[in-house]
Amino acid sequence: MLQGWVIVLTSFAYLGLLFAIAYYADRRADAGRSVIASPYIYSLSLGVYATAWTFYGSVGRAAADGVGFLPIYIGPTLMIALWWVVMRKIIRISKRNRITSLADFIASRYGKSALLGGLVTVIALVGILPYISLQLKAVSNSFSIVLQYPQIIMPASDATLPLLQDTAFWVALILAAFTILFGTRNLDAAEHHQGMVAAIAFESVVKLFAFLAVGAYITYGIYNGFGDVFERAAAVPKLSAMMTPLEGVAGGYASWMWLTILSMMAIMFLPRQFQVAVIENVDEKHLNKAIWLFPLYMIAINVFVLPIAFGGVMHFPSGSVDADTFVLTLPMVEKQELLVLLVFIGGLSAATGMVIVETIALSTMICNDLLMPILLRLKWLKLNERRDLTGLLLGIRRGAIVLMLLLGYVYFRLAGEAYALVSIGLISFAAVAQFAPAVFGGIFWKGGTRRGALWGLLAGFAVWFYTLLLPAIARSGWLPISLLEVGPFGIGLLNPQQLFGLTRLDHITHAMIWSMLANVSAYVCGSLWGEQSVSEHRQASLFVDVFKQAGEGEGARFWRGTASVPDLYRLLARFVGPAAAVAAIDGYTQSKGPRDPGEALQADAEFVHYVEIQLAGAIGAASARVMVASVVKEEALTLDDVREILDEASQVVVYSHRLEQKSRELEAATAELRIANERLTELDRLKDDFISTVTHELRTPLTSIRAFSEILLDDPEIELSQRSKFLGIITKEAERLSRLINQVLDLAKIESGAAEWEVSSIDMKELIADTAAGMSQLFTEKRIRVEVDLPSRVPAVTADFDRIVQVLLNLLSNATKFCNRDDAQIRIGLSEQGAYLRVGVFDNGPGISEGDQAAIFDKFRQGGDTLTGKPQGTGLGLHISRHIVERFGGKIWVESRPGQGACFYFTLPIAARPDQAPVAGAA
Amino acid sequence: MSKKILIVDDEPNIVTALEYLLQRSGYEVLVARDGEAALKLVDQHLPNLVLLDVMISVKSGYEVCQRMRERADWQHIKIIMLSAKGREAEVSKGLSLGADLYVTKPFSNKELVAKIDELLAPASNSGGV
Repeated sequence: MLQGWVIVLTSFAYLGLLFAIAYYADRRADAGRSVIASPYIYSLSLGVYATAWTFYGSVGRAAADGVGFLPIYIGPTLMIALWWVVMRKIIRISKRNRITSLADFIASRYGKSALLGGLVTVIALVGILPYISLQLKAVSNSFSIVLQYPQIIMPASDATLPLLQDTAFWVALILAAFTILFGTRNLDAAEHHQGMVAAIAFESVVKLFAFLAVGAYITYGIYNGFGDVFERAAAVPKLSAMMTPLEGVAGGYASWMWLTILSMMAIMFLPRQFQVAVIENVDEKHLNKAIWLFPLYMIAINVFVLPIAFGGVMHFPSGSVDADTFVLTLPMVEKQELLVLLVFIGGLSAATGMVIVETIALSTMICNDLLMPILLRLKWLKLNERRDLTGLLLGIRRGAIVLMLLLGYVYFRLAGEAYALVSIGLISFAAVAQFAPAVFGGIFWKGGTRRGALWGLLAGFAVWFYTLLLPAIARSGWLPISLLEVGPFGIGLLNPQQLFGLTRLDHITHAMIWSMLANVSAYVCGSLWGEQSVSEHRQASLFVDVFKQAGEGEGARFWRGTASVPDLYRLLARFVGPAAAVAAIDGYTQSKGPRDPGEALQADAEFVHYVEIQLAGAIGAASARVMVASVVKEEALTLDDVREILDEASQVVVYSHRLEQKSRELEAATAELRIANERLTELDRLKDDFISTVTHELRTPLTSIRAFSEILLDDPEIELSQRSKFLGIITKEAERLSRLINQVLDLAKIESGAAEWEVSSIDMKELIADTAAGMSQLFTEKRIRVEVDLPSRVPAVTADFDRIVQVLLNLLSNATKFCNRDDAQIRIGLSEQGAYLRVGVFDNGPGISEGDQAAIFDKFRQGGDTLTGKPQGTGLGLHISRHIVERFGGKIWVESRPGQGACFYFTLPIAARPDQAPVAGAA
Repeated sequence: MSKKILIVDDEPNIVTALEYLLQRSGYEVLVARDGEAALKLVDQHLPNLVLLDVMISVKSGYEVCQRMRERADWQHIKIIMLSAKGREAEVSKGLSLGADLYVTKPFSNKELVAKIDELLAPASNSGGV
């Protein structure tokens, strides 16, 4: 029943349905009600990753390697988790700069380099051709097999088949025509293909449904569920061996890792993936859902791979049936006509989806980044004089699509038979992985340069070509196979699949290691070698700092020059058509509000930039740059200018840093002030205490004076003896009062540093003898025995004579007050102690307890004697003495035991030379 | 029987003056030079009034005042704090500890004697017995 016409008709009907969906979506988009503005459609469109290669090839690989097919799907699942960081940035950059393709992206990043854009296009084209041919192979093979229904006959690998009888050739042509219908009906400045995206999303549903249907049928229809399939497979030695994950892939861990990395790159840099994920993206937020929806899709489409593969191997033990066809041949064996047809349509859907998006993406690259830059430079074509170039642009793209499918067919005829589906796909993966360093470096490292990108791409591509494409050609018989066995010219080290003796790896891992090594090192070295040009510097910061920029106008900051609006309008109209040009310029002027009529004809930098971006949407960044430059008079920006412009932005940052620093300094100053204030408060408190203490000390003698004065005044009949006693007290207390006042003033002078010191060389023997002589009358009155014990000769000290006398007087008067009343004794000693002279004053009084010995030198502290009452004194003498002695570099202290008298000592440093007065040494 | 007044001060000249003043006014006078001696004399002689200097050794005037007010049987004894420290905080501290009066030095003889007479007059004393 499955005659040829049924299959052909169904296929065309399916393609027609796709077209209807696309047409409907385009209409809706024109009406402003986009159907693709949904995260679900976006996620499904990412499903274009699953091609005929997945549909047929996964089972093929699983039949040979067990779970070894998985890394191809693990990679994207891992990568998509990083998309919020990586892909969001790429999308933002692309929207800002109206990037039209991967080649455009790389060219634009590295100074809008046409050379780089062309190189990327060539690499993508050469790298993807095998992949396109793989789709042709899958469609034509599946068609041939279904045609034989119900018999199962593998299609003959007959390279001599006449062209017109070869299904693959017709498939190529039909797909070309269909792609042209989809992608190049008109020219969109934004390079959006809403209809295509809608159709692709639909195809993702169809292929998933078909695959799940056949998987479910085999698992539950032929077998009794997963358990049954795996149980039976475990009984087959060949299959049970495959159930250990890492045994499944040749090369083990290395292969798993590299295949995972490879497919991580593929989900980013396959032209069709870049097209649907970046160019066709309408809202960055769609990434949020895609990040978990897409991995879900990957899991769903892989659930039944192993059961189908095991079922196939068990059903066709002879190996006569190609494992890549199990999806189709298993339902055929079971005579499930409808399921066979559904599977065929599913495979067709997977293949067409890939071919349509891939060739549209590539045709954009070929047109914008390869041909236009060349054509616009060829003066004899007189393109600059043509008013409308849109026809030319569409023509180039259509031609490119046809050319690519035909080249894919040629590759299929030349090399396609030598490899399984999976291997062909991996060769393409490895080619696009070469874009990774230039793109990742481009968006995260401002230092990446055009030279580095060129070197990296060339090196990586060369190694890829040598280690993967060359062997593929050789295996197909177009080059001597000895190349792979003993190496070129018999040089084993240059063997394409065992380069420099790196063996025991599968050829993909081997190629990836060498090509990535070459690519990354060339990129880094090239970038570090030499300076960036002005435009590279500008683009680098536009790309890397895309999230820090305010909006689309950002690029205009880097442009200086003059241009006229009509010139720019004519330029835009030539490439996007007059209607679109008017619409674009109207859109701009409306968003900016009414312009001053005098300025209406003069385009400012922002407007020029806007036109360039619009143009870039049609012909790519590099070409747009050339075209805009041809109609405007631009002042060349020097590197310094660009730096200056960038500096303006960084100035703001610098200012805010300074502000932060200032506020930190202010905080520190505040803290210092607070500490100073606390110190002042403390000083204030100390001053208060001092005043309070002084007042108290002044009031005490004043109290006695007043009390006795009043007594004498009120009581005139007081006894004479008592009267004179009271008057004596008044006199003594008045003396005490004036002494106290003098000492307080003296202390204040010393403590504030205002005291004047008359420094001279002093003979201590003389000083002591004089002072003791001055007090001899007092000693006699109080019946004190005084012993002065002086050595025959002592060196001189440097100090203020009167002040030292003051110290000694103070010590002697203290001793007089405290010494034993019955047998009063005072001894004065002088001795040389190392570098000091020591004076000692001994009394035989009650002594001073250890706890009081240090305190008596403080202000208003007096050694108390409860038995004899409070001694007469101000409590300032010792304190002032300490100040004086320390002023000249000496010490004062007391040695005493209660009941055994006290000995006060003070020292003064011996002068270095007696005739000089080195005060500094004392200070 | 004349009323007893205890003078607590460590300034001998002030003690001399107070002693003369109070004896001439007809009071019996006791003298202590520090806080501990003061408490001992209060215990032994139960004076009618204590003239208490704040800045005395061993136990300060404040402490003596506090101790005296802790004893229920000493509540009738009047306390006049006598001090060269006249800041408000010190005055209120003395009064809050239970002193009847706080007099700052130097003082007027007449006023002091008048206040003592007033405190020890039978009328004001009747409530305490």
